[in-house]
Amino acid sequence: MSDSTGQNTSLLLDVRDLKVHYDGIQALHGVSFTVNKGEIVTLIGANGAGKSSILRAISGLTPFTGSIVFDGQNLQQVPAHIIVGLGIAHVPEGRGIFGNLTVQENLRLATWHRTDKSGISADYDRVFTIFPRLKERRQQQGGTLSGGEQQMLAVGRALMSRGRLLLLDEPSMGLAPRLVQEIFRIIQDINRSGTTILLVEQNANMALSIASRAYVLETGAVVLAGTGLEILGNPGIKEAYLGA
Amino acid sequence: MSDEVVYWLQQTLNALQLGSIYALIALGYTMVYGILTMINFAHGDVFMIGAFFCFLLSSMLGLTFAPTLLLTMLGTALLGVVIERLAYKPLRQAPRVSAIITALGVGLFLENFTLALSPYPKHIPMLLENVTWNLHGISLSSIQAVIISLSLGLMLLLDYIVHRTSIGMAMRAISWDKTYVPLMGIPVDLIISITFAIGAGLAGAAGTMYALAYPVIDPYMGITVGWKAFICAVVGGIGNIRGAMVGAFILGGVEIMVVAFFPSTYRDFVAFTLLMLLIVIRPYGILGKPRIQKV
Repeated sequence: MSDSTGQNTSLLLDVRDLKVHYDGIQALHGVSFTVNKGEIVTLIGANGAGKSSILRAISGLTPFTGSIVFDGQNLQQVPAHIIVGLGIAHVPEGRGIFGNLTVQENLRLATWHRTDKSGISADYDRVFTIFPRLKERRQQQGGTLSGGEQQMLAVGRALMSRGRLLLLDEPSMGLAPRLVQEIFRIIQDINRSGTTILLVEQNANMALSIASRAYVLETGAVVLAGTGLEILGNPGIKEAYLGA
Repeated sequence: MSDEVVYWLQQTLNALQLGSIYALIALGYTMVYGILTMINFAHGDVFMIGAFFCFLLSSMLGLTFAPTLLLTMLGTALLGVVIERLAYKPLRQAPRVSAIITALGVGLFLENFTLALSPYPKHIPMLLENVTWNLHGISLSSIQAVIISLSLGLMLLLDYIVHRTSIGMAMRAISWDKTYVPLMGIPVDLIISITFAIGAGLAGAAGTMYALAYPVIDPYMGITVGWKAFICAVVGGIGNIRGAMVGAFILGGVEIMVVAFFPSTYRDFVAFTLLMLLIVIRPYGILGKPRIQKV
């Protein structure tokens, strides 16, 4: 599969022939795609198309066959807790907030692999600037936050691990439309400040409108690739995913 | 002070001593349950092994109290880690009942291994000079003072580790849901090993202190004490560190009080009746809470 955007981009993530099985059931049937530095790439598709499995394989939560190369390093057999340190931050499906830890502790947890004290404190400031609500609720337990606040905390936590590649799994899930707008605006801001983003979404309209490039998945395989606008304009896609 | 007050203070002191030992063991049950939702039924036998380590170190190597205690704690901590790696880790994805049966098996192994090496009860030498102080009619023995103060010290230390350090934070995160803990860069297996080491180390401390207070030990001593400590953990709210301590001091208190008013053979029967009533009233234990999770 070839990139449909410019030539000056450099490869950050290269996924080839990715296959994932769960208890003998194949969830991914050989998926290939790339993410270049500075892009927002989105994977769209219906429930069960295998989008989350792709992210889980990249961050090391699920074993896979095929190859995933991040910034020149092969991630096969690399344990998940090491992959974070390489620069991949994953905001998982359902947000994965630790409800028994405070907001502050949730954020601090993501700095486990870091030793740069001044960098960490700068990142707290950054997260609290992006999400002032989290600063107000610092001492509150994660489980007491609203769905939107939990989503902010999940993104904030991923920023604390200072990944170069941010994997976002359904950040709009369960959020009111106004909050969805806000989250997507923040995703774009984070991208502009230099973080590459791989976004999995069911809200295809929203995702395609901010994406540099997009891949459409159906039952564990890529069926279409192109720029966000190309896919947005594709009549078949409109019918299947955009409810038009 | 009136005789009445003296009597109650004396009983409180006795309850603290008993409760301390239960608490040190109960903490191991509750910590392991907290992170793996698994009942480590071999834990009472780790306590027994602690008492035997204490015997080996003090009687056969002639060590004094402090090194005996430290080496015993280290020894049981290591044993806890080995048990988890060899027996429980391979079963982490297996049905829960398999892990429970394995734990019972590990317990039986430890009992019978000890029995094979040491078929007769062992006597622990006097490790501390036995002095008894008398304060206005309340008697406090040096052994009692050491057991209570050391146990409270260890509990404060554990509480600090769990609530104030990064490792404690990782333990609490795992106890909530370990699925996504690796995404934080945290090596889950290492944290689980540390948890087993701490729990088993505390059981080793309890074994040493128990041997100080009741210096005849045998391979089956861990069964009853272990069950009682497990029940303390459940009464306090299993998975909850402070709950385990509360449950242990309640059981210690109840046992001492029962013996103060009834024939001593009534002790366990009355104590467990009360504990069962408590569980009926508060099914999640005194400090335990049903978990409410937002979607």
